[in-house]
Amino acid sequence: MANKKIVIVGGGIAGLEAAASLSERGHSITIVESKATLGGNVSNWHKLFPTLRDSSEVIDYLTKRIDNPKISTLINTKVENIKKNNGSFTVEANGMALDADAVLIATGYDLFDSRRKEEFGYGIYDNVINSADLEKRFKAEKPITSANGSELKRVAFIHCVGSRDEKAGNHYCSKVCCVTGVKQAIELRQRLPRTEIICFYIDLRMFGAGFEELYREAQEKWGIQFVRGRLSEAAENMDGSLQIKAEDTLSGRPLKMRTDMIVLLAGMEPSCGTTSLGKNVGLKQRMGTFLQPQDEHLLSNKSSIDGLFVAGTCTGPMTINETITDARSAVVMIDEYLKK
Amino acid sequence: MILEGKKAIWNDYQKEIADDKLYYVRSCVRQNFFPGAETTFLRIMREVLGKDVFEHPCHTSCSGIGYHSDLLPLETTMTVVARQFSLMNESGYKNLVPSCITSFGLYTEIMDTWHHFPETLEKTRKQLKEATGRTFEIPENVSHASDVFYKFRKEIAAKSQFKLINKHTGKPLKVVEHIGCHYAKMFPSKGVGGAEYPHVLVGMVEDWGGEIVDYPERRHCCGFGFRQYLVSANRGYSVTSSRKKFESMQPYQPDMIITNCPGCPMFLDKWQYTLSEMEGKVYGKDGRGIPVFTFEEVAGLMLGFDPWDIGLQVHQVGCEAILDKIGIPYDPAKKYDGPDGKKLSKPMAATFNL
Repeated sequence: MANKKIVIVGGGIAGLEAAASLSERGHSITIVESKATLGGNVSNWHKLFPTLRDSSEVIDYLTKRIDNPKISTLINTKVENIKKNNGSFTVEANGMALDADAVLIATGYDLFDSRRKEEFGYGIYDNVINSADLEKRFKAEKPITSANGSELKRVAFIHCVGSRDEKAGNHYCSKVCCVTGVKQAIELRQRLPRTEIICFYIDLRMFGAGFEELYREAQEKWGIQFVRGRLSEAAENMDGSLQIKAEDTLSGRPLKMRTDMIVLLAGMEPSCGTTSLGKNVGLKQRMGTFLQPQDEHLLSNKSSIDGLFVAGTCTGPMTINETITDARSAVVMIDEYLKK
Repeated sequence: MILEGKKAIWNDYQKEIADDKLYYVRSCVRQNFFPGAETTFLRIMREVLGKDVFEHPCHTSCSGIGYHSDLLPLETTMTVVARQFSLMNESGYKNLVPSCITSFGLYTEIMDTWHHFPETLEKTRKQLKEATGRTFEIPENVSHASDVFYKFRKEIAAKSQFKLINKHTGKPLKVVEHIGCHYAKMFPSKGVGGAEYPHVLVGMVEDWGGEIVDYPERRHCCGFGFRQYLVSANRGYSVTSSRKKFESMQPYQPDMIITNCPGCPMFLDKWQYTLSEMEGKVYGKDGRGIPVFTFEEVAGLMLGFDPWDIGLQVHQVGCEAILDKIGIPYDPAKKYDGPDGKKLSKPMAATFNL
């Protein structure tokens, strides 16, 4: 078996899966992760759609697979640049120079900074949170209340925050927020059976296996309400609750409502690492600064530089299933490249 | 409310504001309804702060009301604006300071259009030349008059005789700030603090001793909305908008409203009278209205100017209660004395003494 050196930039689920599979093919892997822990954004999630399984099951599975002498991991290490010389690569990170026969970029996404939708008051109004904040509250296993500890009588979920939004500069769909909203609404309802829950959406893109079923379950079993309309603004009432304005586009009426909390379903944006690496290395970009594969259909894991590969959400929004599958696809391409 | 969050946004939206050698252009609406506001601005800038502020006698309306009412084509408006700039150029000034929020928005919008579509700039140059023989250069800085006072708010506070504090309780007055829609809603980066949480008036109020009231309908239009008011059949919309704001702010029991737009003080002030007559309802304390001021009037009061010299007698909602609360002296007998010794006409009594 070949023993080539591969550097994987990013220790999220794509990087972990690729590392495990490449090591099984006899290669030596170095995972370089800018943060202190592995697992990426998924490790911040409590339960996963559509099955509501615990996210730790996925992370545990992947991290066990990289417990392997052929895989080394560098955490708190930021890759600044990748240079190609005579067919091999030098990965510059925190003053180190790592040699590699091939490089996989799996730098993933960052959650859209909800403060940029200023009119929703994230970071200003006490009871405006985003989807990641709600996951933290789920994980903490503490009662979920308003900021002042009072019971939540009504909670509104706001879809497409930072996605499909001209003002936010993101025209693309982040794919996972619709079903995340449905999942979170169900989880919240399970914990707070008396709380009225309303989802405000543009349209619901339930494309994946089990997604539509989860959406139906949300309505039929859990009584979640869905209003087709985009939020225009939120403002704080005297008691800390929120006044929200939207248009119910099915009934064609403006709507003003009091709610105790709003949850912003923040979309995906290229991570800082994806953006800076794409720029520093000179890779082609798309949809802002996501990385452009060499060929959308046939070479979706190849970058514009031979020997430099891409996997996961650094190329655009993906579900967990798609990310894992994409990482496995990248492994095949890298292995083929190294055999040449 | 998380103040740090607001401060972060305020930091994101700071702008360059010229501090001297200013070319001041008056507002059509304000000169008629709150004439003391503009003279107070000039008095403070020149006499208190010692700044060079110039006015050109040939300055005309910017035509913004016509533009926003769909009466004037943009090309015409651009040519009118170009003429204003030409007058400024020939006067030797580069820093434009509009008194009117709509003018400020219009100048900003046109300059942005010229920037992104240079062919429109060339067309305007050609049209101005053909119509008047004039040429023009774009101002180096465009700041609204409230931006200028925002910049000098601490200097004004240092020279003030009064603060926005209730002299009986020692507590800050609760102040509602209302920003004209054309200030930053079109171009958030052109307004101090941006469009959603503007800091331009908040900064003044807080540095002058007051406390800002943030209420749910803070962002809502005052009720002017141009066609809502200018088309008489639409005026119900105008009153409804103002009413929505009053209903929303009333639970906070504000002591006063401060504005930076020509239409806003007009409608927030006059519609309180209309609503009291229509519905028998008032929104202030003790059966009175909520007094509405321009930022220049508030600055003038803080600096100890005579309330009647700055034109407070033309307000619909009486100012005496808030003057008493702050401790500002005034002579009730002189309320309707004009500046030239002539007596101003006294308004008829209303059902409610606002």
